[in-house]
Amino acid sequence: MKITLDADKCCAAGQCVLVAPEVFDQRDEDGIVVLLDAEPPADQHEAVREAAAICPAAVIEVHE
Amino acid sequence: MTARPLAVVGASAAGLAAAEALRRLGWRGPLTLIGDEPHLPYDRPPLSKQLLHGTWEPERLLLRGKDQLDALALDLRLGTRATGLDAATRTLTLDNGETLACAGVIIATGVAARTLPGAEGLTGVHTLRTLDDALALRARLTGTGHRLVIVGNGVLGCEAAAVARELGHDVTLVGVEPIPMAAAVGTEIGELLAEEHRAHGVTLHTAAVAGFDASGGAVTGVRLANEGPPGNGGVAAGGAGTGGSTRLPADTVLLAIGSTPAVGWLGDDPVLDTSDGLRCDAYCGAAPGIYAAGDVARWEHPVHGRPVRFEHRMNASEQGMAAARNMLAELAAADAAGSAFADAFEGAPPERRPFAPVPYFWSDQYAVKLQAYGLTTGADRVETTVLDRAGCRAVALYGRDGHAVGVLAAGLPPRQVRGLRAVIAAPVPWEEARERVRAATAAG
Ligand SMILES: Cc1cc2nc3c(=O)[nH]c(=O)nc-3n(C[C@H](O)[C@H](O)[C@H](O)COP(=O)(O)OP(=O)(O)OC[C@H]3O[C@@H](n4cnc5c(N)ncnc54)[C@H](O)[C@@H]3O)c2cc1C
Ligand code: SF4
Repeated sequence: MKITLDADKCCAAGQCVLVAPEVFDQRDEDGIVVLLDAEPPADQHEAVREAAAICPAAVIEVHE
Repeated sequence: MTARPLAVVGASAAGLAAAEALRRLGWRGPLTLIGDEPHLPYDRPPLSKQLLHGTWEPERLLLRGKDQLDALALDLRLGTRATGLDAATRTLTLDNGETLACAGVIIATGVAARTLPGAEGLTGVHTLRTLDDALALRARLTGTGHRLVIVGNGVLGCEAAAVARELGHDVTLVGVEPIPMAAAVGTEIGELLAEEHRAHGVTLHTAAVAGFDASGGAVTGVRLANEGPPGNGGVAAGGAGTGGSTRLPADTVLLAIGSTPAVGWLGDDPVLDTSDGLRCDAYCGAAPGIYAAGDVARWEHPVHGRPVRFEHRMNASEQGMAAARNMLAELAAADAAGSAFADAFEGAPPERRPFAPVPYFWSDQYAVKLQAYGLTTGADRVETTVLDRAGCRAVALYGRDGHAVGVLAAGLPPRQVRGLRAVIAAPVPWEEARERVRAATAAG
């Protein structure tokens, strides 16, 4: 799995961090998403798919 | 025997999330996504922000790329309106005359913008719900110095006012509520926002609209009633040519007076309760095999113990996913021999789960970001702490029946905002919540 972000669409909702805290974080200044791991291990895949589905700004793209 | 299709009506945030979840959870059979707009599924929040501002073009709003949509193997019907549903047989009627007998249907038709009598057909009077609406308003506001009157001072009206001021237009915001957004966020946060709008040069008026003035079919002004008559969401209109004493000159008017759930197409099938959206149980089910999600759905929130309906972007995705899961679970459990459901399904059937999200919404106005968790409307108690008036930084707690049920942050750092979510994930006794909010916002 490989993750790409379209970070300037991010509205700083932080839902990705709630769902997959080992893969996503937010910048302290403005809450914009930060990718901690672009190729996360298999045990994170389900959470990452969920984060991509739930993100209210369609920022996260997952390439399987 | 091949499986009947699953159908999702409404090809926007909730509908797309539902379709994606159906595939993720293992549905390999036919999947139809029906949307009456001609566009590929796009996102709405940027319509009143980046798109209206001109910083984004429509392509930027697409919810998924072409490859991602192709991977879903959808029978995608755009520009197609569903005109009826027979709940007993789960049969949809489409505006091209086709009928579609389905194994299950998810209804995600959202809401439509309300308008006022007398506004129809007047050039220069706009609503803001769809991409086409937003492009029309944006085209109208080319150049600077337009006189824009926004009717309705809720979230949408306030966001549009902020963008129009940034574009250099002359903006008047009219609402029957004396304080903008007060119904959604309470009077003190509302007052903070009002100051922000005044500081940016927006003129605020408290009044009901009595009618519109026009010349040659184009709007030239908005007439206000002296006293705001009650009812009609607080905004009244006498139609063009009647009543009103104060007159606001305008070349462009935006009606931002709320919306109506798009349930009209469902007709009056007694099986479906369509008063204020489609009524659902805690599993987002409206009738056997029929589910709803997003702005159109009013469901029994298991934690708040009453039916709720949210017009929030986050809820659309979350509820789309939940409706998809629960519908598959129901269909798998009911799978009679020969229905061919199992043949089209791969993997273990999902588990039915009540839909119990922590609601979330945000709004951007100028440099201020509001973020709220839980229920902020309908509170019987609000406590607002202004941390920095000039910087528009504040936190507010919303209560009902002795419990804290919602929290809002304006201009707080993201870590603190996420901390606030934990405070009201479930209703908490008021005093306890207040202490926890203090602790969460103590540093900075
Ligand atoms: C301008 C604007 C700004 C917003 N900003 C924010 C924000 O900052 N934060 C936030 O949390 N929320 C915001 N929202 C709300 C958020 O966009 C909605 O909650 C979300 O779009 C709801 O998604 P939905 O899929 O339920 O409904 P919709 O997005 O309304 O989609 C429903 C779709 O169904 C179609 N449809 C209707 N009837 C039929 C039919 N009979 N047959 C076929 N298709 C049909 C409609 O045309 C539409 O395309 C904003 C909304 C708007 C309009
Ligand atoms: S969920 Fe989406 S919008 Fe929210 S912080 Fe993460 S990437 Fe940004």
